Amino acid sequence: MSTMAVVGASSSWSRAMIQISPYTFSAVGIAIAIGVSVLGAAWGIYITGSSLIGAAIKAPRITSKNLISVIFCEAVAIYGVIVAIILQTKLESVPTSKIYAAESLRAGYAIFASGIIVGFANLVCGLCVGIIGSSCALSDAQNSTLFVKILVIEIFGSALGLFGVIVGIIMSAQATWPSKTA
Amino acid sequence: MYGFEALTFNIHSGYLEAIVRGHRSGLLTAADYNNLCQCETLDDIKMHLSATEYGPYLQNEPSPLHTTTIVEKCTVKLVDEFNHMLCQATEPLSTFLEYIRYGHMIDNVVLIVTGTLHERDVQELLEKCHPLGMFDSIASLAVAQNMRELYRLVLVDTPLAPYFSECITSEDLDDMNIEIMRNTLYKAYLEDFYRFCQKLGGATAEIMSDLLSFEADRRAVNITINSIGTELTRDDRRKLYSNFGLLYPYGHEELAICEDIDQVRGVMEKYPPYQSIFSKLAYGESQMLDKAFYEEEVKRLCLSFEQQFHYGVFFSYIRLREQEIRNLMWISECVSQNQKTRVHDSVVFIF
Repeated sequence: MSTMAVVGASSSWSRAMIQISPYTFSAVGIAIAIGVSVLGAAWGIYITGSSLIGAAIKAPRITSKNLISVIFCEAVAIYGVIVAIILQTKLESVPTSKIYAAESLRAGYAIFASGIIVGFANLVCGLCVGIIGSSCALSDAQNSTLFVKILVIEIFGSALGLFGVIVGIIMSAQATWPSKTA
Repeated sequence: MYGFEALTFNIHSGYLEAIVRGHRSGLLTAADYNNLCQCETLDDIKMHLSATEYGPYLQNEPSPLHTTTIVEKCTVKLVDEFNHMLCQATEPLSTFLEYIRYGHMIDNVVLIVTGTLHERDVQELLEKCHPLGMFDSIASLAVAQNMRELYRLVLVDTPLAPYFSECITSEDLDDMNIEIMRNTLYKAYLEDFYRFCQKLGGATAEIMSDLLSFEADRRAVNITINSIGTELTRDDRRKLYSNFGLLYPYGHEELAICEDIDQVRGVMEKYPPYQSIFSKLAYGESQMLDKAFYEEEVKRLCLSFEQQFHYGVFFSYIRLREQEIRNLMWISECVSQNQKTRVHDSVVFIF
């Protein structure tokens, strides 16, 4: 197979790796981008939401302000959707002879990596914002001057998801499949 | 795993934790206590309390109030909040909340048995029982003649059954034996609660073990002081101390041989957390010891609210409410007996 000459694979594992289709890697990357981001967002929302509901019984004034925490968590899911849509526009068909060419593999790996980056960055970002949001709701119920200060912490936390999205989009810009002409 | 409770605690207990923190904000503050301490009559107290969260519970009481009515209604509020949380709790929080009740159950059992010994009417005793510690067959405690019957007839069906293994004897119940029974049961209960919290692990284990150790040590000191001069032998006294806490085991060895309060002070001053308590008392004085212990307990209970995602807040909240009810009872008694100068002797401010 031409792949062995091109890539110089030596062990049986690495030979197996480069014979997995780049489209598999791309598809899994896109799935992780959206799936794990939504997992992070949902986790964060329930952590914040349960505390917010309980605290709002004694202090109803906190509900409208503290929905910001839920919105920050939701933003994490939106980042995942945006990146998944961008990634899937990067998929192109290549002729069969070129599926295992080095450039195709590179494109497949780039999409996979981008998906993992965005997915896991959004997972931890969602968790972070959710936990801070829960503490924010409980503190706001006791002392309303604390809300804005804790919100600043949440803003720093939600920047983590943004970092993931930026790096993910830069990675996906490298996903150039070989051109259709031989 | 310690440190990662935040990820999964809110699934089952997030709502209840937020509710208990909301209740905490309704505890009376120093300003409220100052207002109450300046009341002239019990009706003034009722008027001040109706502006706090106790309002709905006291507003329907007819006008010549008694202190027992005030305390009873405030306890009803505590029980309502506790039951509300208990019905919504899932395991293991529901078991944790049940453990909080067992202490009151023990007190109720001892109350009824002592009352029966002194020939009081069962119905009257049942009214004096703490509502958090009621269980179904409690009225039939009046029938038992000795501890073996007590266990066999009534207590084997209650959650207190496993705590009886150390104190089933066939001796008849008299005052001394009943106190020993109370302390043995409470020791077994504290150790069981401690083991349960250790099993829960994480922040709950750390915070609860601190609170329960303080409770065990405080009971050890109280047992020592109360048994000075009685016929309780040193070995019997030793057996009543719990097997955990800061004083275990060396402090217990020393406390068991103490014969007066100054020796107790000498033992306790070796332990830095308790040294600060005993340094507030002048030599030879023991009346303020209770208040000093209560103040230290309230300080530790308030600190447990600083951390989120653990069960210690539920325990702390119930204890703080009980302290508040004790404060209200003391203030009401002082006001109704016209002894307002003594009000600050026993009121522990929470905030």
